[in-house]
Amino acid sequence: MAYQSSTTESATVRWILIGSACVVLTLFLFLPLAAVFIEAFGKGWAVFEAALTEPAAASAIELTLLTAAIAVPLNTIFGMAAAWLVTKFRFKGRAFLLSLIDLPFAVSPVIAGLVFVLLFGARGWFGPLLQNLDIQIIFAVPGIAIATVFVTFPFVARELIPLMESQGSDQEEAAVTLGAKGWQIFLRVTIPNIKWGLLYGVLLCNARAMGEFGAVSVVSGHIRNKTNTLPLHVEVLYNEYQFNAAFACAALLALLALVTLGLKTAVEHFTGHSAKGRH
Amino acid sequence: MSVSIQSIHKTFGNYTALDDVSLEVPNGSLTALLGPSGSGKTTLLRIVAGLEYADAGSGRVLFHGEDVTDIPAGERGVGFVFQHYALFKHMTVADNIAFGLSVLPSKARPAKKEIKDRVKELLHLVKLDGLDKRRPHELSGGQRQRVALARALAIRPKVLLLDEPFGALDAQVRKDLRRWLRQFHDEIGLTTLFVTHDQEEALELADQVVVMRNARIEQTGAPQGIYDEPRTSFVYEFLGEVNKLDDGRYVRPHEIELLFAAEEGVHLAGRVSHLFVAGPFARLSVVPEKGSRREIEVWATRDQVEEMALSNGDIVGLRFPEPKGSQRPRKTSEQEDPHEHSI
Repeated sequence: MAYQSSTTESATVRWILIGSACVVLTLFLFLPLAAVFIEAFGKGWAVFEAALTEPAAASAIELTLLTAAIAVPLNTIFGMAAAWLVTKFRFKGRAFLLSLIDLPFAVSPVIAGLVFVLLFGARGWFGPLLQNLDIQIIFAVPGIAIATVFVTFPFVARELIPLMESQGSDQEEAAVTLGAKGWQIFLRVTIPNIKWGLLYGVLLCNARAMGEFGAVSVVSGHIRNKTNTLPLHVEVLYNEYQFNAAFACAALLALLALVTLGLKTAVEHFTGHSAKGRH
Repeated sequence: MSVSIQSIHKTFGNYTALDDVSLEVPNGSLTALLGPSGSGKTTLLRIVAGLEYADAGSGRVLFHGEDVTDIPAGERGVGFVFQHYALFKHMTVADNIAFGLSVLPSKARPAKKEIKDRVKELLHLVKLDGLDKRRPHELSGGQRQRVALARALAIRPKVLLLDEPFGALDAQVRKDLRRWLRQFHDEIGLTTLFVTHDQEEALELADQVVVMRNARIEQTGAPQGIYDEPRTSFVYEFLGEVNKLDDGRYVRPHEIELLFAAEEGVHLAGRVSHLFVAGPFARLSVVPEKGSRREIEVWATRDQVEEMALSNGDIVGLRFPEPKGSQRPRKTSEQEDPHEHSI
């Protein structure tokens, strides 16, 4: 009998496991992705291009980019601040804050959207006040931005907390004894040490900000050319039986996902190397 | 620059890390804070550095008579070397060493050329010439340690503080670096305070040894003095091996004379339960024939053991030195059995 390590299964078991993994991957990951692109280009490049350049689509793309441009920088700052607070200090309510950071992951995005309608909607808590001030949040761009910020809040913080936790405060303390001021420590010691983790978190945050459907759907009101983001626009097109246009927009979102994954892998590649070098 | 620590208290929640600790570190001395983990030695070092503050209203820290208790770490002018070096991983060795100078406000900051020269000079001082372009992960433990030292010295500190400077190194590197540090200190003469849990290290390196236990200082003095005249049973136990005799006396293994059981002057007869010869030395464990039968450790020479033709199971006689004052140290503060704390 050939040598077999104690952790290796027999050939049959291995082939069954590998085979079923391949079938599942093909059915649930590869085929749907391929279908999106095949449907999108089914009627040729011209139809695809037209679907993305028509005014409603262009406005949806614009709004999606705007939303991401608001949510990502905000959550980068919030995330860094939260991670800094949670990892460099020990205080009462720290555990509570940690679970609070996870809250947007824990609740359904639809509920997140509803919460903001209840707060800022016409019949919501702050509704009359906002109406007096002539500020519209729900069914308008601010609502979409707020909902997106809420949903994507944990990405950067969650990425940075374990990283900063594992690095401890030694290097910051060393910088303190060498006379560095707070901002010098932050820029010259903290940031360079977390930059890859930060980039990774920002990428994920951006992907989610552009792709978020549930929460945005509740607060947007689906006003064409005004409050439709790209995912909402896909739904509208699909419901109107414009399948090729719907898939064209979906392909754009899928492409964004693929680019994000590619960049993410590149970042992992980089950090993998520098991590190896460190020890 | 002398350092004076005056009745410092430090608590973390319910835990007392330092309980009324006072200490004088003479100018230019090399002082060791020695103690088991949890004795408060690192906390004391961090308070001197300004990385930790003593409890409000408790003691003071003076540098050469000047009160620095409320001065932040960055303005105290201390060089601090961390246990795991805390080098800036993303910077080259040269940038690490230059860091303290490069963060100075532009008015006080030396010119680029000057910083470069200073880095070169420091690299030479710590014997790392030519490694300026390397990154920390490309260096050995001992080299990292010396980069950390050079980085701390770059700001021309008044006091040098080292936290377990050899803790993370291999035994051989440890010994070499220890000797090197002693020479280095003698050359530059900077007042230095270092933390260690290794009594051999403290005794070999320091001019002054401060033995700490349970948030308090047990004894302060020159290494030889502390070794020969321990004031408490804890210090006795902590500084090298020691036997506690039934009458409460402490006797070091090398102070016991090994004789035949029937010889004149034997105080106690016992059976050799373990005999270990290493090079010219021999270590014996002897179980007394009477009394508590607590094993007694005896160090002899190989020659003597061979001359007496001793082997396991033989009966030998032990002769203890004449009692002197220090052999009955007072009990340690908590009146506990010191055996529980031996290492």
